[in-house]
Amino acid sequence: MSIKIINEKCTGCKLCIKACPFAAIEWVKKKAVIDLDKCTLCGACIEPCKFDAIVLTKISPSDIDFPKKLEEHKDIWVFCEQKNSVIQSISYELLGKGRELADILGVDLCGVLLGENMKQEAQKIIHRGANRVYHVDSPKLKHYQSEPYSKTLVKLIKEYRPEIVLCGATFIGRSMISRVAIGIHAGLTADCTGLDIDKENRLLLQTRPAFGGNIMATIICPNHRPQMATVRHKVMKEAEINNHHRGKIIEVSYEGDTYYSRTKLLDIVEEIEETVNLTEADIIVSGGRGLQKPENFKLIEGLAKVLGGAVGSSRAAVDAGWKSYSHQVGQTGKTVCPKIYIACGISGQIQHLVGMQSSNIIVAINKDPHAPIFNVATYGIVADLFEVLPELTKKFKEVLKK
Amino acid sequence: MDYLLTEEQIMIRDLARQIAKEKIRPVAAQYDVEGTFPWDIVKVLSDSDLFGIYIEEKYGGTGGGSMDLVIATEELSKACGGISLALAATALGTYPIILFGSDEQKQKYLPDIAKGKKLAAFALTEAGAGSDAAAVATTAAKKGDHYVLNGTKQWITNGGEAEVYTVVASVDRSKGARGAATFIVEKGTEGFEFGKKEDKMGIRASATRELVFTDCKIPKENLLGKEGMGFIVAMKTFDQSRPGVASQALGIAQGALDLTVGYVKERRQFGKSISSFQGVQFMLADMATEIEAARALIYACARMIDAGVKKVSKDSAIAKVFASDMAMKVTTDCVQLFGGYGYMRDYPIEKYMRDAKITQIYEGTNQIQRGIIANALLKEKAA
Amino acid sequence: MNIIVCIKQVPDTTDVRIDPETNTLIRSGVASIINPFDMYAIEEAIRLKEKFGGRVTVLTMGPPQAEEALREAVSLGADEVILVSDRAFAGSDTWATSYTLSRSIHKIGDYDLVICGKQAIDGDTAQVGPGISSHLDIPQITYVKKIEEVNLGPENKHMRAERMTEEGYEIIESPMPCLITVVKEINEPRLPSLKGKMRAKKAEIKKWEAKDLDLDPDLIGLNGSPTKVVKIFTPPPRKKGQILEGDAAEISQKLVGLLKNEVI
Repeated sequence: MSIKIINEKCTGCKLCIKACPFAAIEWVKKKAVIDLDKCTLCGACIEPCKFDAIVLTKISPSDIDFPKKLEEHKDIWVFCEQKNSVIQSISYELLGKGRELADILGVDLCGVLLGENMKQEAQKIIHRGANRVYHVDSPKLKHYQSEPYSKTLVKLIKEYRPEIVLCGATFIGRSMISRVAIGIHAGLTADCTGLDIDKENRLLLQTRPAFGGNIMATIICPNHRPQMATVRHKVMKEAEINNHHRGKIIEVSYEGDTYYSRTKLLDIVEEIEETVNLTEADIIVSGGRGLQKPENFKLIEGLAKVLGGAVGSSRAAVDAGWKSYSHQVGQTGKTVCPKIYIACGISGQIQHLVGMQSSNIIVAINKDPHAPIFNVATYGIVADLFEVLPELTKKFKEVLKK
Repeated sequence: MDYLLTEEQIMIRDLARQIAKEKIRPVAAQYDVEGTFPWDIVKVLSDSDLFGIYIEEKYGGTGGGSMDLVIATEELSKACGGISLALAATALGTYPIILFGSDEQKQKYLPDIAKGKKLAAFALTEAGAGSDAAAVATTAAKKGDHYVLNGTKQWITNGGEAEVYTVVASVDRSKGARGAATFIVEKGTEGFEFGKKEDKMGIRASATRELVFTDCKIPKENLLGKEGMGFIVAMKTFDQSRPGVASQALGIAQGALDLTVGYVKERRQFGKSISSFQGVQFMLADMATEIEAARALIYACARMIDAGVKKVSKDSAIAKVFASDMAMKVTTDCVQLFGGYGYMRDYPIEKYMRDAKITQIYEGTNQIQRGIIANALLKEKAA
Repeated sequence: MNIIVCIKQVPDTTDVRIDPETNTLIRSGVASIINPFDMYAIEEAIRLKEKFGGRVTVLTMGPPQAEEALREAVSLGADEVILVSDRAFAGSDTWATSYTLSRSIHKIGDYDLVICGKQAIDGDTAQVGPGISSHLDIPQITYVKKIEEVNLGPENKHMRAERMTEEGYEIIESPMPCLITVVKEINEPRLPSLKGKMRAKKAEIKKWEAKDLDLDPDLIGLNGSPTKVVKIFTPPPRKKGQILEGDAAEISQKLVGLLKNEVI
């Protein structure tokens, strides 16, 4: 892979310099020059160049010598995350996408379930469209622990050779899946928002946002199997339940120290939130510095309660001590993707936007008409939130009869 | 303008700027409303070594001088002219020890001050002795190994919060200014108490309090210099510290202008940004010009002091007068450019105007400063 | 207690704004900073050192200019800093990056704890930390929000930490050496000190190239990276929104009408 600028074609227009996310292009003697120490070969400069003066030579799928061994890998696997022996909804979202991909490739969709006494739950995976479930049952797998989970998954993958493995980009998924990818020397793409298949080459086309969602990158994994990807919660649609769908549950167990964990889980503490979990929520009402005082968060909480939503917060409000860190949405907090995101008194700094701009509908309430939040808002309300919020809560109450 | 700062001074500037932006700016409004002392910021300043920038290395400082202090005060004041005083007023209280302290006194007090473990304060002003510093009524009577202090100091910055106080008192009232002496008094000394905390118009994050001495016994080792030198200690201290007040004024003005430039670029009237109006542009240009002129004066003066020039009274008075008058004018104009919003407490700009006012008043009112300038001028002519 | 902190230099987004016309980042003059999550990692390491003694070594893999990030680490209190930099590492994905860093840590040798930020703000993958622990075959605790206890006794060296989860947190005990990744909640990073900055100016930066590390050349850089980027594009801009006008009651009425179907 290499990049170069064809000097004869470069007009010195500087468009590539603006496009470079890594400030790797300089303007020297009226021509663009790439600083190869800074360049990451991301290719963001290719499209803006109107003169085709930048050439990025990269591996295109058709150039790839397709090693035979790769063909030994078949099927699409979904790691089905469970907590307290209940399968998490992210797993059903992955099964929904997985089914689609499996149908394109003409392979089976399989779930992988680690836990204790979860036969009943395993059946649910089948009802969501899986042809098989690999079920590993052990009291030592009851709760997630990095080592037993990743070791077990590595063994399963080595034994049954899937060609694609999907996993949620959750606290569990992100902690485990990288260890698995290292263990089997597989390619792993994090936080995909789009998954597709290049049928001819049997490649998983993994599209993910980079640089705070302002660039999208499509990534492939040509020479390693399985192709592994994590997907954020709420990005894919859940698979429908079909109680007539049939499939096989394959019980697997491993000997020796596979389930052994050097770390010990001593306690699980669930913090009682006034409303629901942020990343799970379909509706989030968020407050920022515009609330002026911590007490005013009750306006946010009031609306969230009526809507059955969760309470979010900007970093400013968290740093001011108005809300705990677990509520923070944005770059250094959580990334959320609800159906509706209502931002109240949040100006919309880039750090906040990257955490919520993929929400389906964004409502922004802010006094300042120039607040950047309005650039991403589906519905913008330029008004005093202290007037609008009580009114809005009242109206929703009436409509929802709460 | 490039003032060709040393590498170390650039580090001080960048560090103070970062503290101002990340730590002070977010809390400035709250401290202004509550009027409480910013101990959390003092902690940040001490962890960052800024309390030692004007103190010799052998006493735990980083060996800089007036110029270093001026740079730091300016940067901190951009975010809050009140909070920056925790440092600037400590320097004021420390200068008498630096200028007139014995090696023992320096060893005893400077390292803790340089580390920011202890704050200092300078106590001259009294109810009846403000601009007329020679009219000090607090007395220090020598009794054996001790002096016994009686009297009340007024409007003492860092009062109550500081651990180390340099106090001017009269050992012989009949001698007037020549009967004064300066003493180091530690917080917690018996007979040394604090009066009420003042509710001020501006610089509300700084503590301003009365110091009350009632038969307060202090060891004679705490005398700075000699008996009778009190007034000289005070005047020499002010010569040193005036660029500090001036830089506080400078920082306040620059902070206000920075906010204002941002505002006028965003604010739209008649379909365009108000920054496109020449009337607004001229105001911005005038403000920038005056700020730069003040900065040049202050830096020149601070460098004179650091170079060891003895006669700096006139020049430091000029810097103080010019910078503080400039700050008052600039902040008033900034409020003007914010229009109605500028008058509202929801917006940060009116605070700058309130904070600026004190710089024309304290550490010698601007009228007194003009007196010093004129006096020097006339003396020069006479000679 | 010897601690290794892995950091990454990333573009600073603090002053970045979005161009409303093109909906892209305005990046002109964007400076480089230490990845914010790594600042919590450095701070935690320094706090642990202040409490238990030992050394803090800060490690980064990146281009030569990442030296700046390492100098900042010194100004914050790092004892030793190492820049792992070589053209051969260019194009590394998370697999190759974690491999290269793990080989560097192996070379450093004597350590009790490796700390990483939970993820970098430019890539957001959160894969390198767990990747390193896997390569080193040491236990890990991800998303640590508090270290409850560190026991450095001659036998059974271990630590206990709170690991953040979606619902709250878990309390996990791990033998040492181990690797942790940290979240923002764990501490408030200090600012550099003046004396630290002076030290940083003069600090010696160790520089390691591929030849200095015991590496399998097939596992580094582009060759060692299983994933390849085939396409980069700007996402379709969000559809232009609609501003709701009127008084509070009218606006609320409109919005309720617009959202009703979604909410029920």
